[in-house]
Amino acid sequence: MFVYALRRIAMLVATLAVATVVIFAVMEVLPGDPAALILGVEAREDTLNALREQMGLNRPLHVRYLSWVTGLLTGDLGTSYTYSVPVSDLINERIGVTLPLALIALTLSTLISIPLGVLAAARHNRVADVGIMATTQLGIAIPNFWFALLLVWMFAITLRLVPSGGFPGWDAGLIPCLQALILPAVALALPQASILTRIMRSSLLDTLHDDYVRTARAKGLSQRIALWSHAVPNALIPVLTIMGLQFSFLLTGTIIIENVFFLPGIGRLIFQAITQRDLIVVESLIVVLVAAVIIVNFLVDLAYGVVDPRLRSRG
Amino acid sequence: MSEIFAEQTAPTEPEGPLAILKKGLHNRSFVIGAAITLVVIAMALISFFWTPYPFDGIEIANRLKTPNADHWLGTDHFGRDVLSMIMVGARNSIGVAIIAVGIGIGIGVPAGTWAAARGGWIDETLMRVNDFVFAFPALLSAVMITAIFGPGAVNAMIAIGIFNIPVFARVARGAALALWQREFILAARVAGKGPVHITVEHILPNILNLLIVQGTIQFSLGILAEAGLSYLGLGTQPPNPSWGKMLAEAQTMIAIAPHLAIFPGLAIVTAVLGLNLLGDGLRDIFDPRLRRLK
Repeated sequence: MFVYALRRIAMLVATLAVATVVIFAVMEVLPGDPAALILGVEAREDTLNALREQMGLNRPLHVRYLSWVTGLLTGDLGTSYTYSVPVSDLINERIGVTLPLALIALTLSTLISIPLGVLAAARHNRVADVGIMATTQLGIAIPNFWFALLLVWMFAITLRLVPSGGFPGWDAGLIPCLQALILPAVALALPQASILTRIMRSSLLDTLHDDYVRTARAKGLSQRIALWSHAVPNALIPVLTIMGLQFSFLLTGTIIIENVFFLPGIGRLIFQAITQRDLIVVESLIVVLVAAVIIVNFLVDLAYGVVDPRLRSRG
Repeated sequence: MSEIFAEQTAPTEPEGPLAILKKGLHNRSFVIGAAITLVVIAMALISFFWTPYPFDGIEIANRLKTPNADHWLGTDHFGRDVLSMIMVGARNSIGVAIIAVGIGIGIGVPAGTWAAARGGWIDETLMRVNDFVFAFPALLSAVMITAIFGPGAVNAMIAIGIFNIPVFARVARGAALALWQREFILAARVAGKGPVHITVEHILPNILNLLIVQGTIQFSLGILAEAGLSYLGLGTQPPNPSWGKMLAEAQTMIAIAPHLAIFPGLAIVTAVLGLNLLGDGLRDIFDPRLRRLK
């Protein structure tokens, strides 16, 4: 297990290192001079040069890369051109919207999909199964931003149960915040829940035919107990992997969904930073998101090694 | 373990198109999916010659009309005919998705089959690069690419296409690796054929089925991705209508004209649903063993 973990950690560090190089290189080809952007088109050449000097834009490429990466490691993500505040402050402020949103969506998707997947597998090829499968087909085909629009129309505009967008801030109390997050979370969760339901179902259908489930039935356990205490726990392993992957879909899904609901989160920040050419914010946010995704996948891998010893030897 | 898996995904004997069509007619997913997909494609093709109204015909006097006998799906805030815009939008969606799938197949399949044929460090390197691209959240990167190189349909195609490359590389490599173990490939090698020859003559025809199924899935994902990018204003640019853009415009008017938000969304769902059903059906037809597992 130790060697397995070490090898995984080495892979993780290598992937993160390559990621920073790629992101830095891509951002370098971006057209547009940040200094000109800040000072405007009528700025004089010597003023522009002074600002470039101050921002460190005149230094050689590798020096800038190294100072950026050192900054990342020490938690110094640079200062936003447009907001003139440290990027880490911006992230701290916005993560309070995005993280709860992604977590609520993940919880919703899990709470919906596991029971539905088990039900579909237990009623294989009967009405409940066919109905659930048809619904998930639809759930996968619906773009989440369209679903979000329909939710707004239904629950915010017609029924006036929740606000149609915006975020009051956690100071306003828990209830108004949850009201602001519930529709976006449902919209984010729909496609993920559909995928997860299908995976739960097919994984459970596989385990239901395994010998130990038959043994459990043969030794006199009821169908229900054999299902829930023997088949379901084993069927959950592939589901866990997909949940890890889905976390990255949920995080990036916030780019669109936060724009639909005008939520001041990471997704909207990254979109605004791109349109404002606020390179340092874009760069740092993408690194943070990619790192989050890679680390979550790494943790899932590691958890897999703990659950299933056979995987350790493969690496 | 890997042998068992490889055996399961190894393609079966190739069948003629006629035999496949005959089997297809008995498969519900295939029939419904193919019918829906054909309707969407027909709609896009017809839009080249005819639309009920010019898609960019602005008629302020007729703005925000609900569906009626003249305008079957109503009109938008400029008085443009929604049905005409949806028909032309189909053209954009399909065009972007086809090119994106083409990029994935064009680069991914040669890379994957090459990795399978050569093995060793080439295989290892290509697969690590693959894993790396997978680690990048696709939507985030597509947003970044279109933002850097400017919004537009062409850049959207490239952005979506890049993320199709590792998908096809992985599918092609996995299936090709399994085939390289088989006797008929060994026979071809004994006969003196080189890796390129064998790949073109024996591997590709045998993995075509898998590529078609994967292509259908990526096609539907491409339509969803194009809609998402256009919704954010990074995809197809005005005055060309696109389904995602129509939804973005409808959002501000949803309280007074909900029909504007409903029809473009339905168009996306219909196209994606049709392709997904078609893909499911094709997979069942090509590989009956998978169907039993389902």
